[in-house]
Amino acid sequence: MPEHQAAVSEGTSARQVAEFLYRHSERIAQRWADEPLFRSVFTVSRDEAVEAARAVAEALARVAESERVHDTDATGFVVVREQLARMAAARSRAGASMAQVSGEVEALRPPVASLLVEECADLPADEVREYATALTVLMGTLRLVVLDTALSEGQALIERQQLQLLEVATPVIRLWDGVVAVPLIGTLDSARSQVVMETLLEAIVEQHARFAILDITGVPTVDSLVAQHLMKTVAAARLMGAECVVSGIRPAIAQTIVHLGLDLGTVVTRASLADALAYALHELGVGIVAPASGGAGAR
Amino acid sequence: MPSSTAVEASLPIQSEMDLAWVRQHVRQAAAQLGFGLVAQTKLVTAASELARNTLVHGGGGRMESAAVTRGQAHGLRLVFSDEGPGIADLDRALTDGYTSGGGLGMGLGGARRLVHEFAVDSTPGSGTKVTVVCWVTPPPRPYGGL
Repeated sequence: MPEHQAAVSEGTSARQVAEFLYRHSERIAQRWADEPLFRSVFTVSRDEAVEAARAVAEALARVAESERVHDTDATGFVVVREQLARMAAARSRAGASMAQVSGEVEALRPPVASLLVEECADLPADEVREYATALTVLMGTLRLVVLDTALSEGQALIERQQLQLLEVATPVIRLWDGVVAVPLIGTLDSARSQVVMETLLEAIVEQHARFAILDITGVPTVDSLVAQHLMKTVAAARLMGAECVVSGIRPAIAQTIVHLGLDLGTVVTRASLADALAYALHELGVGIVAPASGGAGAR
Repeated sequence: MPSSTAVEASLPIQSEMDLAWVRQHVRQAAAQLGFGLVAQTKLVTAASELARNTLVHGGGGRMESAAVTRGQAHGLRLVFSDEGPGIADLDRALTDGYTSGGGLGMGLGGARRLVHEFAVDSTPGSGTKVTVVCWVTPPPRPYGGL
């Protein structure tokens, strides 16, 4: 419908919707509390759901009052943004997809729309249509706000997990008196290798280690930067009086290192972690001896 | 061919995270084209070196990958492009041990040894484009020159 035929201006209908929402916030909240979005998040008590729904309804009223029904950044949304984020997060933890959450927000519209139509039964039809349109736009904006907050929550979660991964992925294991090992897994970028170096050097001091084994079985790619990080770690460990052994070099990696032209000649390397441990034990003067043949059979 | 959609790609190289993505893509594309484990590892390592050059020296750029065929042979072509300062002295940059970034200085020369075809197109001031090709089947080796 062209603009000039509108029965009422956009601003007027937004303000009318605002007034309607304020007037009926309690009834709307009661209806919303039974909708899946609120019912499934606020499971403990219905009062809690009603209260949360009322907060959302009042926020929508404020947004409509400021005539910014299109604007996801409208100040009216600020107070409920955190609550909406918590609700969206709770739904996605429960296994709901983004599309489902979006659908549940959309489901809040019909109860309000029917209430609006009831309320305006006496008004001219085209005026009612204007109000209904304004309400629909407003509810669409609410849907966008919910998805927007949910997405930024997801981004924050990913960043936290990246940090966690950095910490989790570098355990130092004591294999024997004076022998520690670090099984390296995944990409060895600068940040990771810094963490590896720090934890390894601390472990060397703590455990009085004479041998440190860096196992790279779980490192898929050894390029010149990874090699440089390894050599720096080896050099630092050497300064602390520990000898480093790099183990877990697979055949494909060995050939690649040779073609790349990297010289790991200064580093003691072994094919497997077991070989590296055997080397360290030998150097320490410790031997593992099979039990005497008579002892093995005794029960 | 269904695999061509996964082999052909244009990936951004703007952060360390993107390098991991580049490596993963090259590994998958190479596996799909039938590269053996050793050839895969070589190609991924070369891609890792070149992508890091694009990031560190070129200030970020892109990698394009595509399947190529020449006669009976088929292979994978990777193009790394940036709009950085370019390489002033290409011969020196390809020399092992020469570095301008605090690394080992093995990246460019090492990557050249890991692939079958290697070409650098660099104009100082307007960027660098490195193109590498690896063939799955033994490459059509032109005797007497390279």
